[in-house]
Amino acid sequence: MSKGVLATDKRGMRELGAEDKVGWDEVTKGVVLDSFEGDASDVVHQKAEERHYTDFNSYTATVASWRIIKPVYNRDICIDCQNCWVWCPDTSIISRDKQMLGIDYDHCKGCGVCVEVCPTNPKSLLMFAEAEDNDEALAGWPQKEKKAK
Amino acid sequence: MAKEFELNEVEVWDGNYAASQALRQAQVDVVAAYPITPSTPIVEGYGSYVANGYIDGEFVMVESEHGAMSGCVGAAAAGGRVATATSSQGFALMVEVLYQASGMRLPIVLTVVNRALASPLNVRGDHSDMYLGRDSGWIQIDAFDSQEAYDLPLCAFRIGEHLDVRLPVMVHQDGFTTSHKAQNVYPLKDDVAYKFVGDYVPVDEMLDFTRPVTHGAQTEEDWHFEHKAKQHKALMDAPKVIDEVFAEFKKLTGREYKRVETYMMEDAEVALVLLGSSVETAVLAAKQLREEEGIKVGIVSPRCFRPFPYDLIREALDVPTLKAVCCMDKSAPGGAMGALFNEVSAAAYSTNARPMITNYIYGLGGRDFAVDEAKRIMKEQKAHADAGHITTNIQQFSGLRGPKLGFYETRRS
Repeated sequence: MSKGVLATDKRGMRELGAEDKVGWDEVTKGVVLDSFEGDASDVVHQKAEERHYTDFNSYTATVASWRIIKPVYNRDICIDCQNCWVWCPDTSIISRDKQMLGIDYDHCKGCGVCVEVCPTNPKSLLMFAEAEDNDEALAGWPQKEKKAK
Repeated sequence: MAKEFELNEVEVWDGNYAASQALRQAQVDVVAAYPITPSTPIVEGYGSYVANGYIDGEFVMVESEHGAMSGCVGAAAAGGRVATATSSQGFALMVEVLYQASGMRLPIVLTVVNRALASPLNVRGDHSDMYLGRDSGWIQIDAFDSQEAYDLPLCAFRIGEHLDVRLPVMVHQDGFTTSHKAQNVYPLKDDVAYKFVGDYVPVDEMLDFTRPVTHGAQTEEDWHFEHKAKQHKALMDAPKVIDEVFAEFKKLTGREYKRVETYMMEDAEVALVLLGSSVETAVLAAKQLREEEGIKVGIVSPRCFRPFPYDLIREALDVPTLKAVCCMDKSAPGGAMGALFNEVSAAAYSTNARPMITNYIYGLGGRDFAVDEAKRIMKEQKAHADAGHITTNIQQFSGLRGPKLGFYETRRS
């Protein structure tokens, strides 16, 4: 799902643990891991998909295999308020130029915080079982709730 | 710029003050500390040096010893020279973070003033906290008096920060018997001491924004073993650097330190192996006994407790005349032989001399260990030597009230 959200994106390109294994003599001192290839002075001004993450940065890995429920995003209702982007504890809301693009399923752990903070009626994000098809989830999306008088 | 502290050629310092002066001279960037008896004066002294302009670094007051060591880990990962002090329960509370510091290869210096562990609560000196740290991956060096409590932290920065080592270092001293006993101490001038310690060279520092790094990563079964093996190798290789630093310190001061200190071992028939302020007592007793009764007693003391000096202990005990050795542990062994007994025995097993070895538990909770008792234990070793076998239980207790307590007998005739 996340693949192709941004054409240049390298997130979730590999399974966690697929990196080359080296012996004790080659591992880094103190398990210190570089986040980026080369000089990273300007990295703060770059968007995630423009950065040269190393294989030891979890950005390039799929680290969500143990999620059992997932948020599904409904573009038709979303008002791009960015609340979910602010609150997500795992930076798994993909947003560019203040427009919500979708969920990063390679890093989302299914905590449901984005659904809790979504202010629209009905919500633009809802939790579904991991196995549920996203299109079917969207097809059965609930209607707007009437305010009780 | 920090002010120079005026020092006389000889000062009268207790072990705590000596350690705090060494930390000041090393110009530590960050001390994160929480006070605990009997080590409180180390950080109290350090705080006053900061307040009075003798140090350019930061003193961070924290809410616990867990917080103190966590603050040290953070500051060391950020790229600073870091130190703190603790004792006993505070040390116990630090333990979780001690393993983080060594695994992350952060050369923090921890001055530990050895004190018993509760329960029952006790503020006096024994080696329970020092022993608690022995698997934590830190280098552990033991100071026996105030001069050493000053000298060894200076060496500790050099050792831990060496690029071939990059490991945290504890410098131990005995609670009260060293920490609160004023003795003559010959300090170095500030500039001489700092020159010996040298500028801190940061490695993989988090404040390098051109190269962001992850510190404290999680590793599972596919990576953990390799990292722990590499860490262990660094510790096992550290003696080379420790010896070099001690040699350089001797060149500067004339004061000689060895990973294993030996006294009168050349012709010894019996020997005591022990640590801390008791070493001085034992050496005095051995000299007297040699004079009074002609019993050839030697003393062995592993100043470097970790990495355990297997090589030098073996060398010290491979004396052809040596028949009986008593390892004295100042820590409740918790259902085993004392740690010194176990480790020294393992080293001695591969010597030609292969002496008989017994174990005494002594001095718990600050129980006094005097010259007469040391002599009695030495004479007992001589009795083993004369009989050709161990004539007592293998593990006994020194200075304990009540019926005689002992465990295990020899099966060797």
